[in-house]
Amino acid sequence: MRELSYAEALREGLRQAMETDARVFAIGEDIGVYGGAFGVTAGLLDQFGGQRVIDTPISEAGIAGACVGAALTGMRPVGEIQFMDFVTLTMEQLVLQAAKVRFMFGGKASVPMVLRMPGGSGTGAAAQHSESLENWFVHVPGLKVVMPSNAYDAKGLLLSAIDDDNPVIFVEHKLLYKTKMDVPEAPYRIPLSQTNIVRAGQHVTVVATSIMVSRALAAADELAKEGIELEIIDPRTLKPLDDTPIIDSVKKTGRALIVHEAVEIGGFGGEIAARIAGSEAFDYLEAPVKRLAGLDIPIPYNRELERNTVPQIESIIVEARKLAQTAY
Amino acid sequence: MTDAISTLRLEDFHEIIETLGPDELKMMLLKMHTIRLFEERAEQLYSQGRVHGTMHLSIGQEATAVGASTGMIRATGDAGDYLLNHHRGHGHCLAWGSDVNRMMAEFMGKESGYCRGRGGSMHIADIDANNLGANGIVAGGVPIAVGVGLSIKMRQTSQVCLVIFGDGAANEGAFHEAMNMASIWNLPIIFLCENNQYAMSMPYPKAFNIPFVSQRAAGYGLPGETVDGNDVLAVYQAVAAAAERARRGEGASLVESVTYRYKGHSKSDKQAYRTRQEVQDWRDNKDPIDRFNTLLVRAGIISDAEGAAMRDTATQIVDDSVTFSEASADPDIASIMDGVYA
Repeated sequence: MRELSYAEALREGLRQAMETDARVFAIGEDIGVYGGAFGVTAGLLDQFGGQRVIDTPISEAGIAGACVGAALTGMRPVGEIQFMDFVTLTMEQLVLQAAKVRFMFGGKASVPMVLRMPGGSGTGAAAQHSESLENWFVHVPGLKVVMPSNAYDAKGLLLSAIDDDNPVIFVEHKLLYKTKMDVPEAPYRIPLSQTNIVRAGQHVTVVATSIMVSRALAAADELAKEGIELEIIDPRTLKPLDDTPIIDSVKKTGRALIVHEAVEIGGFGGEIAARIAGSEAFDYLEAPVKRLAGLDIPIPYNRELERNTVPQIESIIVEARKLAQTAY
Repeated sequence: MTDAISTLRLEDFHEIIETLGPDELKMMLLKMHTIRLFEERAEQLYSQGRVHGTMHLSIGQEATAVGASTGMIRATGDAGDYLLNHHRGHGHCLAWGSDVNRMMAEFMGKESGYCRGRGGSMHIADIDANNLGANGIVAGGVPIAVGVGLSIKMRQTSQVCLVIFGDGAANEGAFHEAMNMASIWNLPIIFLCENNQYAMSMPYPKAFNIPFVSQRAAGYGLPGETVDGNDVLAVYQAVAAAAERARRGEGASLVESVTYRYKGHSKSDKQAYRTRQEVQDWRDNKDPIDRFNTLLVRAGIISDAEGAAMRDTATQIVDDSVTFSEASADPDIASIMDGVYA
């Protein structure tokens, strides 16, 4: 099978959606001739023209509003916010409009839109271009939140997100864009709200999101040499969350480590920890549920400071090993 | 560039009467009465504790709602235009053709209301009638109109989107982004600024350093016009012309309708920012219903008695809506999670 990068897989998914459904269009800043700041939409303008690959002025609230209005009237927009940080400029349209109109109007309207945005640090872009803000949206009824961790999932989840009749916040990761793996050419869909067991293991359950999935897998390879087997679980859709595989896994391992890049306090890890503690898995816990996540600071510029702000393979190894050896 | 409030010229008036015909003109007056009486009744029900929450009354602004709606095509599906409006939007919905019973039922939080009691007075929508809903966020609907305009263009229909917002909304950043996008993409949108001269307590002259909101249109390369918002035919004429323009493929327009609200911003407003005399002056001398009634009598379209009877008809419509609503069921608590996701 041929390999595609995460960016190419997203592009192929978007292209196939646009080829098969005239209601799907792309809108965002520099997505046309420029091909998107990270190259995801490269070439789409040539294929579909400016009516369906719409370059916008630097107007993030306008992009989000355009998606809401078009979705309300029969279209399926796929908007791009150039950096996830800039989603702050769209919050009113996403939180107060996209998320609420269906419920507020008695369940009669639908807003089938996808808003793609790259989060994450590791590019030296400092505090205003590196944030991971996904949990803000998890807290909003009416939104769905999807976070693919590899190229295969990226394509399959994007096609499902475009099919979905709800507003979907689609969080990509800048460091994943160039990562490659086998991706089938024919369109395929990975259902939303389907948690994935990426690697089976019996000692520690590691729930990881986005780029932390590949870091957790690398950590698992190392720890396997010591006889510690990690079970790596990728929720893929943060909301609505399919928590059954997580709970079942913790019942098996008795230990849970949650790893994400976003700041720990108020992060998604707290939700996972609470779901585990509130479920029948609680009785099976042999050690406290642990979180490994971003420090409570803005992302710093200096390379080593930046690296030390968010979980890395080494820190996952240390935490998982410690947890494997901990018992009440 | 706008330098004055346009008023209706006599020759235009004769043409409009010709165009609309007596039945439509009478319907417009009946709608204005219905809106006024509906809101007066809603306020009374609120004071009796039969409607809860709050409400934003548009009493005094009926000409803008009815004039604008009359200038649009109100039908379902691709045959009809779209409406997006704001928190003071009861009149817009009624003018657009919303069912008075289902409006009142929504005020009372009933399952039979437009939003099944989930939206309340501030969020009436009638999706089937292309009324995409009243918005509780100042300027919230303005960028949405851009998406509706894009959708119309991509679906290649001849629809137009009317988005109504207040003077306060014109000072939100979203207004700027949306006006610019509508202009560069030549979208079929009418931006109707219903300038009632107070953004809650902020008077227009303190919030703007230009005499008319419509002057801002020039900055986006769009036409802008200010009309007497208490003259229903002037509003109709301006909106109908903007709709025609949009349908010809000539893009968006900004229409400013200068009007006045008699009541406070919402139910908690003590109105310390204006004098009673100012309100009374508008009621006595510029009331949109009195003006339109007088005009229709003078034009021989209705008699004095017919004018009075119309008010009675509207009273009956509103009475019936209260009866309907009180007989309606509250939403079932078991259905509380309905409609969050499609």
